[in-house]
Amino acid sequence: MTEQNVKLRISNMTKRYSNGDGVSNIDLEVKEGEIITLLGPSGCGKSTILRTIGGFIGVDQGEILIDGHPVQDLPPEKRPTAMVFQSYNLWPHMTIYDNLAFGLQIKKVPKKEIAARIDRMLQLVHMEGHEKKYPTQLSGGQQQRIAIARALLLEPSVLLLDEPFSALDAKIRAQMREELKRIQQALKITVVFVTHDQEEAMALSDRIVVMNKGAIEQIGGPTEIYDCPRTRYVASFIGEMNFLPGENGTEVAVRPEDIWLDDALDPEMNAVIRTIMPLGHYTRVGLEVGDHFLRAYVPKTDAASLRVDDNVALTFHKKYVYDENGGLLQ
Amino acid sequence: MKIPTPRSLYYGLGKANFIQYIIFAVFLLFFYLPLANLMMLAFGNKYEMPAVVPQEFGFKWWQFVLEQNSLISAIITSFVLAVIVTLVSLLICVPAAYALARFDFPGKSIFQFSFLFSNAFPKMGLYIAIAIVYYKLNLMGTWLGVILLHVINTMMFMTWIPMGAFRSVHRQQEESARDVGAGPFLTFMKITFPLALPGITVASIFTFLASIEEAQGTLMVGFPDIKTVPVELYGIIMQYPTTAGPVLSFILLIPALLILILGRKYISVDSISKGYNMH
Ligand SMILES: Nc1ncnc2c1ncn2[C@@H]1O[C@H](COP(=O)(O)OP(=O)(O)OP(=O)(O)O)[C@@H](O)[C@H]1O
Ligand SMILES: [Mg+2]
Repeated sequence: MTEQNVKLRISNMTKRYSNGDGVSNIDLEVKEGEIITLLGPSGCGKSTILRTIGGFIGVDQGEILIDGHPVQDLPPEKRPTAMVFQSYNLWPHMTIYDNLAFGLQIKKVPKKEIAARIDRMLQLVHMEGHEKKYPTQLSGGQQQRIAIARALLLEPSVLLLDEPFSALDAKIRAQMREELKRIQQALKITVVFVTHDQEEAMALSDRIVVMNKGAIEQIGGPTEIYDCPRTRYVASFIGEMNFLPGENGTEVAVRPEDIWLDDALDPEMNAVIRTIMPLGHYTRVGLEVGDHFLRAYVPKTDAASLRVDDNVALTFHKKYVYDENGGLLQ
Repeated sequence: MKIPTPRSLYYGLGKANFIQYIIFAVFLLFFYLPLANLMMLAFGNKYEMPAVVPQEFGFKWWQFVLEQNSLISAIITSFVLAVIVTLVSLLICVPAAYALARFDFPGKSIFQFSFLFSNAFPKMGLYIAIAIVYYKLNLMGTWLGVILLHVINTMMFMTWIPMGAFRSVHRQQEESARDVGAGPFLTFMKITFPLALPGITVASIFTFLASIEEAQGTLMVGFPDIKTVPVELYGIIMQYPTTAGPVLSFILLIPALLILILGRKYISVDSISKGYNMH
């Protein structure tokens, strides 16, 4: 495979608001055609990073390169980016057609071509026939489709999406996610996506950027982040994780599916079964070890023989050890 | 700029608002019922007590009024003045309203408060204070003086209502426009201003009507050269037959009625404070 082009590069970028909040020392590379997600809890600085890329806020320090050109000093209208916000993307006094045409008219694209491009784009987002409507006549999901269509019509180098689906209900959200993935693959466009929804990040992304308090904790593919969380924070934030105190102030972390209940010759520890909860294809087992509780996921067939108050021996199929600063030891 | 079509208004404002306007229009009808009386006086050639309806309708008094040169010039003065005042007030207050709505700057709250200030005093006291300053600046009896006085009078709602309208324009809507390639000015003209237009229109109507009916200040500052219809009305009570009064009031009323009918779509508490809604 050939080396992919770097589409967007952020190096050593810092942006602090006057109250001290913000992001520090951000380094990030996004490759052409890649869909990358900024994931983290509310207030960790995801939107801040996205808005510095789009040009809505300036940076205090560092560089943002798109296609190799520094853009950090350009206003949004001069940047090859297009942004979709969580809501209020569309202009309610204009029809859908006018909403879509506005940017192309500014770029002096000939009328006929505008019409043709809007036609094609509406087909792509499955919104044909809505041209004459006003935004308030569309559902929330439809409005977001139009917002995405408007962004794509600009043929941006990088598409920026700030929680575009979080105002929609769960079912539509899942559907929109799939459509975005389809469109992204069809157009091979580079996308930076912001969400605080893990599942969304896992489903969409080529790579995930896990953020915490204005800094990047780990960057990696969905599987990599799940299988090798490099800090205690990532371990606790991504998926489910049990934590137990280890030796010398360290902490041992183990995923519920990596706890095996069997009579191995060399058990990690002994535990008492406190709860058994069948959840379809697997069973959730609550375990008591000393004064700690662990959660294990056991395949249905193995769980049949388990009883509450049974003593069991545990083996950890896979475990992580973190030092007192939260760094991964092994 | 594109003129909003009824369709764009209907969908921009929403159905609930639309119904509100209709109710409001009905309310106005009742409110203006006393005007019917005024109308009968203005159009009654012969109207003797105790009849409810004039014995004879006609344009006798209109003819009389329209033959008085001083009255005609008062009517022209009133309208020209109101138009100028509205434009000047718009030019000063809309940028101020935008700045207050969008930017933080030192002294913002004092600046905001100063617009309330002119309306905090008893009017007569304020006019006397203004008159003293005007004497020094030789503004007494000048158009500039009267225009300034009217603008000061209307600055409060000309700033506060559009400010609310600008605040209700979502930042994302402006940012989206920048994003698709519009500079700050184009964004204001194509997005922010049209979205705040209902509020700005309401404020302009208020200003226009306030200027048309302003009497005290104009009398004090504009006398003797600048005579608007309300000023002239004072004189009429003493000089002319009483029925000329209703005719003049009626002439004053025409723009108000016209504006209210044309602008009724814009006039609701919601549109004053919020402008277009986006649900
Ligand atoms: N304009 C601003 N002025 C001051 N502080 C701000 C501003 N915008 C954001 N912040 C603060 O900066 C931090 C990061 O904000 P940001 O909006 O980037 O978070 P986020 O990760 O997008 O959160 P969310 O998931 O809630 O959208 C927060 O603590 C926030 O309060
Ligand atoms: Mg955010």
